[in-house]
Amino acid sequence: MSLLDDALLDDALLDDAMMPGAAAFLAEKPAATVDRAATDAGARISTASQNAAQTTAQAAPERDAQYNYAYLDEQTKRMIRRAVLKAVAVPGYQVPFAGREMPMPYGWGTGGIQLSASILGPDDVFKVIDQGADDTTNAVSIRKFFVRTTGVRTTESTAEASVIQTRHRIPETPLTEDQIMVYQVPIPEPLRWMEPRESETRTMHALEEYGVMHVRLYEDIARHGRIATNFMYPVLVNGRYVMSPSPIPKFDNPKLDRSPALHLFGAGREKRIYAVPPYTEVRSLDFEDHPFEVEKWDECCGLCGATDSYLDEVILDDAGGRMFVCSDTDHCAARRAAGHVGPMAARRDLKELADRTAAE
Amino acid sequence: MYVAVKGGERAIDNAHRLLDAERRGAPDVPEIGVEQIAEQLSLAVDRVMTEGSLYDRDLAALAVKQARGDLVEAVFLLRAFRTTLPRLAVSTPIDTASMRVRRRVSATFKDIPGGQVLGPTFDYTHRLLDFTLTGAGRDGHPLDGPPATAPATNAPHVRDENDDADEAAAPPRVMDILARQGLVFEERPEDGRAVGDLTRDPLGFPAARDVRLQNLARGDEGFLLALGYSTQRGFGDNHPFAGEIRMGELAVAIAPEELGFEVEIGDVTVTECEMVNAFKGSKTEPPRFTRGYGLTFGFCERKAMAMALVDRALMARELGEELDAPSRDEEFVLYHSDNVEASGFVQHLKLPHYVDFQADLVMVRAMRAEIARREAAGKDSGTADAADADTFNDGDAR
Repeated sequence: MSLLDDALLDDALLDDAMMPGAAAFLAEKPAATVDRAATDAGARISTASQNAAQTTAQAAPERDAQYNYAYLDEQTKRMIRRAVLKAVAVPGYQVPFAGREMPMPYGWGTGGIQLSASILGPDDVFKVIDQGADDTTNAVSIRKFFVRTTGVRTTESTAEASVIQTRHRIPETPLTEDQIMVYQVPIPEPLRWMEPRESETRTMHALEEYGVMHVRLYEDIARHGRIATNFMYPVLVNGRYVMSPSPIPKFDNPKLDRSPALHLFGAGREKRIYAVPPYTEVRSLDFEDHPFEVEKWDECCGLCGATDSYLDEVILDDAGGRMFVCSDTDHCAARRAAGHVGPMAARRDLKELADRTAAE
Repeated sequence: MYVAVKGGERAIDNAHRLLDAERRGAPDVPEIGVEQIAEQLSLAVDRVMTEGSLYDRDLAALAVKQARGDLVEAVFLLRAFRTTLPRLAVSTPIDTASMRVRRRVSATFKDIPGGQVLGPTFDYTHRLLDFTLTGAGRDGHPLDGPPATAPATNAPHVRDENDDADEAAAPPRVMDILARQGLVFEERPEDGRAVGDLTRDPLGFPAARDVRLQNLARGDEGFLLALGYSTQRGFGDNHPFAGEIRMGELAVAIAPEELGFEVEIGDVTVTECEMVNAFKGSKTEPPRFTRGYGLTFGFCERKAMAMALVDRALMARELGEELDAPSRDEEFVLYHSDNVEASGFVQHLKLPHYVDFQADLVMVRAMRAEIARREAAGKDSGTADAADADTFNDGDAR
């Protein structure tokens, strides 16, 4: 829990005009980093009005000085950071926060966007994925928004990023202590499908009354011979709170367990923030005789030949022709750059697909 | 052909160009001005200000123009802008009894101090399309020429805007007259508790009435209309009467701490509706009238009335009534009233979900393969395994 200690020790940080970058948030010795980042940030703010062209980070794009850094006002960012600290302190607990209306619609990732807006600093390198891909339309739109409002440097490489905002996937490349994952969450409440009332579900969490969740999984087995929940698969965090990992496929659930990275979950419409701190136990719910399993494919990635990544199905024609490709485009491109070749990589009619994913 | 929603940046930019062209319409038709919208589509502007939670006619008109007349989209634009505004001050409570009324009617009393003022209402128009509004329109301003005069009768006096009695300036509220006789519930602010604000604190349950009213004031007119209507059709009947509906202008004041006195900062137009509802009493309360309250920016009478019905329905818990109707279920009403939230979440279904769909696809194929395997095995042996058959009876697999 070194992160929490750092964050709390660093309480003064909340009174700064600016939050230092997420990198500083995670740093071993935060003081020095914080000071530098805060100074950079301060300089950034004071010069922004006089000289919009001036930026502090080398090679970083210009930011739009008409808006506050990262769009939200400083009070709002501070409020969100407080919620983040609470969420980190109580892993898996859904912290209510006064979510704001963002210039993107609810359902487009406003929770994740508010989290990113509150933690991104000038030193960060930002990656945005949707369905595992960097060039899906909404990922492009969110990345553009932050480039415009923060001037943050962006990347498509998982390894280079310090903050990764995602919808529906966790990258295949293992995460590190220096990274923060930001999840866009539509329905934060894992018990919602059994109990529609928030007042009830909050009580159930308080009392650790999770029997209903196991009953549901049991009913799946009784009816279908297997657990038929494939995404948003419930997990038990730190042995205490049942949590929805957001609509990632259950394939990605094991990546959360004792992950070195900090995982932040934001639900804008439902106004909840929750977190899985680094190295926290995250157990997918199951039964002794029906252990948790992830999806398997008979095929490999048609482009890079990977057999251990999550695959998307691509329909090739209207006669049943299909192929499978890595959902994580960065992972796929990196493998192909390293010389891995899938069975369909040479097909001319798929050149556009291969080029597009390679370009990332 | 590979057709996933990818290849983003250029596609988005081109979509924005097309959208802008659609908004402009045929170039040989003059472009509509924001002032024209503010003046001539004023009820659209009023609705957008109310549900957008921001009183600014010019910005609301701009939002209507930018949204091509899609009012829910315009509300969203205004709300997103509102996020960026600093909160400089909090006004003192407005006093609707001080309103300069342009419209004021009561359905509960034949005559009321200050009289009934019809004002600019659709109520008694015949809904016949007015073809003189096509093309160049009519000559002159509608208020040119002498006003209609009333024939002498003994009927109660129905005032119109041309009457200029002193009491017309600020007639007393009908509900206050009933309240003085102890016939209606008195709403008193709780000492020391600040008024809630769900744009600064997340909604919690049970919700107090101040927060409920704020939620309803921002809520979607169509949603509240349907819910209010449902109370009239037996899903939680409240026996409502329109005690008073008034619309007009009143001053907004702030009281800066460093000054110690109030300063008027402007006028707003608001519509207020107070419904009076029969209440037969409960174990703890004597029979008396209850009230439902509706307030909107501008002239949003339908919204104000629907809001008042739903506000009263949501008092069921406090009054010990059965929580047996959708309109009385505060989580149902308050969580689903906001059209910016609802519109976003409904429409987000068009974003790519192929990762999750793939997960379901993998499972459905595996389950079908499993069933096919068992069926084949059953045919081979000539007898169906009873236990296996039971396993699938619940599903629709067969």
